[in-house]
Amino acid sequence: MTGLESRRQEAKKIWRELQESPRPVVYVGAGSCGLAAGAAEVIGAVEGYLKKTGQKADILRVGCIGPCYLEPLVDVQMPGRPRISYSNMTPGLVKGVLESFFEKGEVYKGRLVGHFGANGAMEFPRFFDHPMLASQTRIVLRNCGIIDPENIDHYLARDGYTGFERCLSLPWNEVLEEVKKSGLRGRGGAGFPTWRKWLVGRETENDKKFLICNADEGDPGAFMNRSLIEGDPHALLEGMLIAAYTLGAAEGYVYIRAEYPLAIARLRHALKSMREAGLLGEKILGSDFGFDIRIKEGAGAFVCGEETALIASVEGKRGMPRTRPPFPAVSGLWGRPTVINNVETLATLPHIIRNGSEWYSQFGTETSKGTKTFSLVGKVRRTGLIEVPLGMTLRQVIYDIGGGLVKDFKAVQTGGPSGGCLSEEFLDVPIDYENLAAAGSIMGSGGLIVLDKNTCIVDTAKYFLNFTQAESCGKCVPCRVGTRHLVGILERISRGRGEVADLKRLEELGRTIKGGSLCGLGQTAPNPVLTALKFFRSEFLAHIKDRRCPAAVCRDLVTYRIVKEKCTGCQRCVQVCPTGAITGPRSEPHNLDMTKCIKCRSCYEVCRFDAIAGDAIVIES
Amino acid sequence: MNSETFDDLKKLFKGEPADLIPVLQKIQAEEGYLAPESVRSVSRWLRMSENEIYGVATFFAQFRFTRPGEHVLKVCLGTACHVRGGEQILDVLKRRLEVDPGGVTADGRFQLERVACLGCCALAPVLSVDDKIYGQSSVLKIQEMLDGGLHHDRT
Repeated sequence: MTGLESRRQEAKKIWRELQESPRPVVYVGAGSCGLAAGAAEVIGAVEGYLKKTGQKADILRVGCIGPCYLEPLVDVQMPGRPRISYSNMTPGLVKGVLESFFEKGEVYKGRLVGHFGANGAMEFPRFFDHPMLASQTRIVLRNCGIIDPENIDHYLARDGYTGFERCLSLPWNEVLEEVKKSGLRGRGGAGFPTWRKWLVGRETENDKKFLICNADEGDPGAFMNRSLIEGDPHALLEGMLIAAYTLGAAEGYVYIRAEYPLAIARLRHALKSMREAGLLGEKILGSDFGFDIRIKEGAGAFVCGEETALIASVEGKRGMPRTRPPFPAVSGLWGRPTVINNVETLATLPHIIRNGSEWYSQFGTETSKGTKTFSLVGKVRRTGLIEVPLGMTLRQVIYDIGGGLVKDFKAVQTGGPSGGCLSEEFLDVPIDYENLAAAGSIMGSGGLIVLDKNTCIVDTAKYFLNFTQAESCGKCVPCRVGTRHLVGILERISRGRGEVADLKRLEELGRTIKGGSLCGLGQTAPNPVLTALKFFRSEFLAHIKDRRCPAAVCRDLVTYRIVKEKCTGCQRCVQVCPTGAITGPRSEPHNLDMTKCIKCRSCYEVCRFDAIAGDAIVIES
Repeated sequence: MNSETFDDLKKLFKGEPADLIPVLQKIQAEEGYLAPESVRSVSRWLRMSENEIYGVATFFAQFRFTRPGEHVLKVCLGTACHVRGGEQILDVLKRRLEVDPGGVTADGRFQLERVACLGCCALAPVLSVDDKIYGQSSVLKIQEMLDGGLHHDRT
């Protein structure tokens, strides 16, 4: 058997040389989120500086390391010094950082996040001691932001593909047993034991079997899979090799959203490197195992996250679900046994096989083993991608890792459009599949959206129902027509035209939709409304009985007012008002004509952030 | 669709009905939309009725059937962007560009789209102009971008 050992030794050398590089190295977080925050401009500034001064340094584009709110992150590694990380870089700031290192030989002190060296190597904290990172357990994300995702040697140097190599020396049932003992459950949201799905696929007789990676991350507010693929594509691909080996699948697909162009590019690059390294095709690494992977770009349909709909779309049809059984593991793509696993599930496998099931199952709770990645977003101070052991409480995640909220906590939304809003009393619930389901929500793929008191629950429920209504494929009447009516009722309530009986209608209709739909989309679509009604009923009643929106969000129920005592008459709001509703001479309190006001919020924001007085315009209900 | 692009496609795919979606994606990437003539050519090639092709194409949000604008503006209305004010950003753009989501401005320069999620939720609210994503946007920043003619440089 021709193993990867010599290649790995070579890779380890390359990796070591990078750590001890005699040339300075500049690492830039250039995932989609980093780029959105301006990483490309920062890279341009670094290149410009090097060119102008004639200094020599290597620039490395790494993936997202997690704390997106600190992006763009730039790390500087000088010879003999550990990598030191700086946050929220701009072209101007990064020049200052480089000048300090290159010209004065000093560590730049502003925007310092931490270093990547050994404990106590510098007089300031380590990067991973940052409050957002300290209580995380990074298994799946261990390479993200650390390695160059386009360099397979970096992955190999950090024990990449050793899990798969170990696999090749074992019979399939022992690999399955290892995964079974690890307790790994599907990370797509439903939490079905991974091994059980595989066993069905393995035991179904057929001369051809398929493995599909579901990277159609459709939940609005979730980006775990995108980050992982952008930052460490080989972790997913190694996981696919392991799953395919266990299943006896000869062909694999990555079904990925077309909205993720960078992730797709990274995957294509990684597949090419795999092929060159002999990790794809026939007789992989000299064994009898052959496997190939193709990329299928999803064309934008949330329902395609459902297994049978996904298969229909790979077959070139409308992405509509069908009745099960037969389950895809028995009869899936082209009628052949097909196992569909989520990105995170697959990317966890290399670690389980490499370190053993016992090691993996030490993390997590009795029924939910291991770690889970979450996208922690919304009204929380520290937003980003995190990975924590299952069983951590929502409070720990939101307050210890997320740093809490600026305003008062109202709810946390888990599970995307299939999940629900959980109120404060659930903050101490340990996060696992069972607990979240018992609370009326679901684990989902990992979106955690924190809502504060300025978020309206009726509006949030309406938002999700609008989404599922638009994404309903239309096959089942309860889902197609029912979600439409749910939206209609919620719309009425948010306009202050609801009646108390509407609440009962929402609940009854919700239950009917859940019971009468074929696939997960319809079966879970009413969850956001039902949980909202359960935990925040008074807010619905305020909209109905008092015709007011306590969070001052629902447009038809709010008015804008200028606080005359505060207004300095700086005219900033007059300039931004699109309808001329605000008038008044300079230096005198302005007037607001509510008959012309379209409640676009421009004046509110300009007064808040950009006016002399600040907060002289209030939105009330 | 000109015959040259079509010949290129024939090299890339086997020409089975299963290739339909990737074929349509390639055509749209090339021409910006699915023109009736393109659908007709695909229909002959893959031996599927135009009806069937439209049935599949209209199911997916990605495909469009009218000529796109020069620049595509996508306003993200994922959950994080929604709670952080994405809707208001869309409103400003609708009003200032005088176009509804899915439409193209009268001068053909801008096409406005609403999307469910661009996956940059931690930087919400987010919008993209062509391939460039702008994070931590606001009604004000949008107004400034529009005043500056929506060119691509970041200030």
